[in-house]
Amino acid sequence: MMLPAAPQIKSFTPRPDLPPPVGAVGAIGWLRTNLFNGGFNSVLTLLCLWLLYKVVPPISNWMILDACWVGGPEMCGQSQGACWAFIWHKLRVLLIGTYPQEQLWRPSLVGVIFVLLTLATVSGRFKTRHLLPAWLFLPVLSFWLIGGGSVGLPVVDQSNWGGLMLSLGLAVVGILVSVPLGILLALGRQSSTGIIKPLCVGIIEPIRGVPLVTILFMASVMIPLFLPADMQINNLLRVQIGIILFSSAYMAEVVRGGLQAIPRGQLDAAKALGLNYWKMTLLIVLPQALRHVLPSLVGRCIALFKDTSLVIIVGLLDLLGMAKAAAQDQEWLGHNAEAYVFCALVYWCICFSMSRYGRSLEKRGAQQTR
Amino acid sequence: MESREVIIHIEGVNKWYDTFHVLKDINLQVYRGERIVVCGPSGSGKSTLIRCINHLETHQKGRIVVDGTELTGKVKGIEKIRSEVGMVFQNFNLFPHMTVLDNLTLAPRWVRHMPRSEAEDLAMQYLERVQIADQAPKYPGQLSGGQQQRVAIARALCMNPTVLLFDEPTSALDPEMIKEVLDVMIELAKENMTMVCVTHEMGFARTVADRIIFMDGGEIVEQNTPEQFFNNPQYDRTKLFLSQILSH
Repeated sequence: MMLPAAPQIKSFTPRPDLPPPVGAVGAIGWLRTNLFNGGFNSVLTLLCLWLLYKVVPPISNWMILDACWVGGPEMCGQSQGACWAFIWHKLRVLLIGTYPQEQLWRPSLVGVIFVLLTLATVSGRFKTRHLLPAWLFLPVLSFWLIGGGSVGLPVVDQSNWGGLMLSLGLAVVGILVSVPLGILLALGRQSSTGIIKPLCVGIIEPIRGVPLVTILFMASVMIPLFLPADMQINNLLRVQIGIILFSSAYMAEVVRGGLQAIPRGQLDAAKALGLNYWKMTLLIVLPQALRHVLPSLVGRCIALFKDTSLVIIVGLLDLLGMAKAAAQDQEWLGHNAEAYVFCALVYWCICFSMSRYGRSLEKRGAQQTR
Repeated sequence: MESREVIIHIEGVNKWYDTFHVLKDINLQVYRGERIVVCGPSGSGKSTLIRCINHLETHQKGRIVVDGTELTGKVKGIEKIRSEVGMVFQNFNLFPHMTVLDNLTLAPRWVRHMPRSEAEDLAMQYLERVQIADQAPKYPGQLSGGQQQRVAIARALCMNPTVLLFDEPTSALDPEMIKEVLDVMIELAKENMTMVCVTHEMGFARTVADRIIFMDGGEIVEQNTPEQFFNNPQYDRTKLFLSQILSH
């Protein structure tokens, strides 16, 4: 009798990866997929190219080729293009307002410290627990240096603070206070106990329901009416508080979105390990929630910085206010456009940097997503 | 067997989700070193029952006493019990923003106030035991499901728990990864860890359990030794369940 042959076991080897077809990658592939995929998009691309051809040369002529870079008002009068000498002439006012010239070193020093601290933060080489105290200390130091009044520094009245310095000051303090305040409001809104939730909703919703302009007017005009005469808070502080309240209400809603994205299992696991509410919130919930909403949080910070330009309506002269004021100068009439273009450039540089920094933070966190 | 120490004492426990009666008059004693497997159809209240043991769910009637501490609404008592009762979840629930090592050292450091280096030594010891010490610096998202679940077991062990609760620990795993997790659990059982395990792994139940509890409709229908449970079930409901689960 014949025995059946022993079944031969086959060995499975995965096939090697092949390169993609030609034309799908590289420069031509990119052009094809992004600019000329289909008739409609090809037409749009050509239309855009024509528009650029029409618009770019005149703008670059005005801004660069025909521009007057040095000299006085007379020189500018003769040139066809922009008068950047005007900006150069007004630079000090645009940056620090009417701050006395002989005390210039004080805001300059604050500016240098601010730039160094920003670079240190952006570099990513320092730990948050070292950077955070530095950022919290910065406003105190700046206030003390710029305001003066002690150790021989003459007092500089707040009516002289202005320009970019004022914009950045309002924005930095606004961000530093409204992010934690917004987080607390968001946590409070999630709370299930007692009065905390209605209290937080009662703060968030009315503030979100009115425009910032209204809040600034209220802070600047209404509050002094209600307070007794001997208890006046200065205008700048009132405006700052208004900005902080407005911003924290929005931050709270952004953070709430992040809190809702945390799976319940994360809370179960944290509780099962014996963590109490605050440890769970600080170690497990917030790090994940804030990472989820980082893009919108950065968006809110950028919006806050831009919103500071609204303080002009209550008589504070920030960068935009100063630009407007500078354009009224009798000697330099007719340079509105230059002033606004300069402002736009400054705002764009700062906001774009914030946006890029936000992106880099997202990337740093992205490796951990699952 | 009356001399054995009772670790979990559940007496007349009832629970409702709104008007839905999930747990109906549950009575159960778990002794030190005992391995209990809880099984039953979905919606039978098994997960709810073990989640009541560390107060992730609150019961509305009856008493639950864990290692001498009664579970009431008092926060202090709950946190103490939770630090003594380890739990392993179906979806692992590792903290995705922390490395494996940080997942393990979190509770020893923040609940037990252990110095960092000591906590890390402890963590490495347990990672060694579940055989993934080399994954310590990675993030949970970089691991396979089986590896994540073993990390979750190690995380629970780091608190040196009196009891370990398992809530369907292999249900979310690919078939090829179930064994590596069950092997770790069998190891633990051999070391006399007190375990309460909700699972559908009947092979595991047969070899490891001291007692199998069968639940349906929020009640404990039947509890018995594995041998009696599989070979000589007392209720028709149990027979039906076994025929359903063992036939495929």
